[in-house]
Amino acid sequence: MDAIILQILNGLDKGSAYALIALGLTLIFGTLGVVNFAHGALFMIGAFCAVTLNRILTLSHQVVDESRKDFLGNPLKVDVPYVNDWFGEAAGATIIDWSVPLAILFSIPVMIAIGVIMERGLIKHFYRRPHADQILVTFGLAIVLQEIIKYFYGANPIPTPAPDVFRGSFDFGVLLGFDPNVIIYPYWRLVYFAFAALIVGAVFAFLQFTTFGMVVRAGMADRETVGLLGINIDRRFTIMFGLAAAVAGLAGVMYAPINSPNYHMGMDFLVLSFVVVVVGGMGSLPGAVLAGFVLGVLESFASMNEIKSILPGIDQIIIYLVAIIILLTRPRGLMGRKGVMED
Amino acid sequence: MSKSTLTRRGVLRTGAVAGAGVALPTIFTSSAASAFTNEPTGGSVTLGFNVPQTGPYADEGADELRAFELAVEHLNGGGDGGMMNTFSSKTLDGTGILGKKVEYVTGDTQTKSDAARASAKSMIEKDGAVMISGGSSSGVAVAVQGLCQEAGVIFMAGLTHSNDTTGKDKKANGFRHFFNAYMSAAALAPVLEKMYGKDRKAYHLTADYTWGWTQQESIQAATEAMGWETVNNVLTPLAQTDFSSYIAPVLNSGADVLVLNHYGGNMVNSLTNAVQFGLRDKQVNGKNFEIVVPLYSRLMARGAGENVKGIFGSTNWHWSLQDEGSKAFVQSFGTKYGFPPSQAAHTCYVQTLLYADAVQRAGSFNPCEVGAALEGFEFDGLGNGPTLYRADDHQCFKDVLVVRGKENPESEFDLLEVVEVTPRAQVEYAPDHPMFSGGNLGSCNPGA
Repeated sequence: MDAIILQILNGLDKGSAYALIALGLTLIFGTLGVVNFAHGALFMIGAFCAVTLNRILTLSHQVVDESRKDFLGNPLKVDVPYVNDWFGEAAGATIIDWSVPLAILFSIPVMIAIGVIMERGLIKHFYRRPHADQILVTFGLAIVLQEIIKYFYGANPIPTPAPDVFRGSFDFGVLLGFDPNVIIYPYWRLVYFAFAALIVGAVFAFLQFTTFGMVVRAGMADRETVGLLGINIDRRFTIMFGLAAAVAGLAGVMYAPINSPNYHMGMDFLVLSFVVVVVGGMGSLPGAVLAGFVLGVLESFASMNEIKSILPGIDQIIIYLVAIIILLTRPRGLMGRKGVMED
Repeated sequence: MSKSTLTRRGVLRTGAVAGAGVALPTIFTSSAASAFTNEPTGGSVTLGFNVPQTGPYADEGADELRAFELAVEHLNGGGDGGMMNTFSSKTLDGTGILGKKVEYVTGDTQTKSDAARASAKSMIEKDGAVMISGGSSSGVAVAVQGLCQEAGVIFMAGLTHSNDTTGKDKKANGFRHFFNAYMSAAALAPVLEKMYGKDRKAYHLTADYTWGWTQQESIQAATEAMGWETVNNVLTPLAQTDFSSYIAPVLNSGADVLVLNHYGGNMVNSLTNAVQFGLRDKQVNGKNFEIVVPLYSRLMARGAGENVKGIFGSTNWHWSLQDEGSKAFVQSFGTKYGFPPSQAAHTCYVQTLLYADAVQRAGSFNPCEVGAALEGFEFDGLGNGPTLYRADDHQCFKDVLVVRGKENPESEFDLLEVVEVTPRAQVEYAPDHPMFSGGNLGSCNPGA
């Protein structure tokens, strides 16, 4: 039982990342009709926003410590962050320690700007081109973006820890009546799940309860009619692209402490997220979120030793297997709308 | 109007004669004038350095390339000479190799066997490389070693740790200076016994490819021999990034040690995930839960940050060693590039010097004569103490370092501390050891 609960928690955690990326993908597809293969790269850039802010906060000047030697035997140059000079050592250390949560604020304008530039600068030229062209150009863009990141940050993962207060694990089992230390789960992964739920809720609320959101939903349903009413739907859709980029970026920022960011991390999520979108139903926001969590949980269960002893390798194909079954039995996906990607 | 005298038979006959005439010099060049592939004829000799310049091991590849460039500089008489001054063999004098200036070409393996073979082939066939070196993956090393055997050039392996490279996949034209999975296990097990005792239950997570399999087999055999029990061994896909699903079952498996047979990004992520799940704070069977990483890389350990603190592993070489060879190399590399070299850089630098020295001693670039000069060669002064290039399998035997993640690092390079230098005798094995059986060195191929 404890193993099952642990895998459900794992699944919800993985599903959080899938759902956030798939949500952004669906927003872009639903509004602009573009299949954006660069969306994984936006997730990766979000993680590197956390790395960048950490580097900015740890910008240092060097102080020579004559009592210590470097690897060549010269007096050691010790890096002293400027924030320590400005705010004192304790406050400076706290600011650096909280660099990942602070990166949420840093990343929102950066990611919106990147999203808008991407849309206006490149993707808008492919609206009337076939989906294959859109996939090729956005995939190419993803490769360019990851090579740029690799040029500046290198190929190796960069540790980006969560604040000290979130290190360690929460004893979930005690809450459920188990013995201590039987079901423990990292604090930060719980934070990630709660954060994902908050972002998903915020996006839905924005679309549901604001005038802007109402117009966007109307545009998603019938772009032409909304345009005939004199509303500049293109401008709103551009903003939605920026918003989708911000959602992917935020997912990346908060993911940085879970796995050290590297330039390739976006590609690792991209294909899975597309499967999530297809299973959820192309263009369906609730479908993307539901499928993200369902597939995350199924993937976790499939990696249990008991399951793998019966079906070796099932953990590697479970998501694709489910996608095949869903598409055979319900081609529109779990919550797909009629007419989307059916012509 | 003139009448043409051309006939179909006439054209064919003339063509055949002309073709034979054109081909004749080539035939002589390939079989009589040249005794082996890419025999250097001018004032220079070309070496091929095949490293990952893109992909996940690009940083490691970049460090290898720095080391190769430094070695070439030293061979040609530039810089301070580095390890040439401490090398026990004194044939290298800074005038190149056999008086020929050393030049080099580079290739990008992308850490993919196909791409690595293609770039090595190009360097051999188009650039005339007489020796290929480099690599950061055993899969790549085995693939390129096979190509070099077919092409008739020497392969001086870079970072490759699988037993198979000098085991079932060994080749007469291939030579490995780097240590292997068996040696890691043989060096690590006694330290683990001393630190954690004989009564332990180990759970293995293993990267699902040649290196992971041999590493797991080696460390399991070594730890079971000292009394540990193996609870489970779970193979993880090489492309895996989030290991939480694999770590969770460890929590209540009854194991009190987790062995991560992972390297590179896999190691960074699995170790980070294991620490996040509180494994290091856990008590199982009345003992502290421990994590072991059999193969460490400083460049990769940096990615795991503070999570490596206190965790044991092994390494081929470390920049903090205080022997004269290591100090000379660190001084030379550090002065040129501003940071200490990695173990990957060290083995690539040493392999280049060893190849050059073997050519000098053989008096020829012929791979069969170079191979004969390397076989059974005993040397010292290159950072690992007295070392033997064993003739039976072309594997170097030398001291192995057991290291631990440093608790209080003084700089970004100061991540690992050497706990023990395991003597060579403790990591030696018979050439027909079961973990290395199944292959055949074969005979050397000079090509041409």
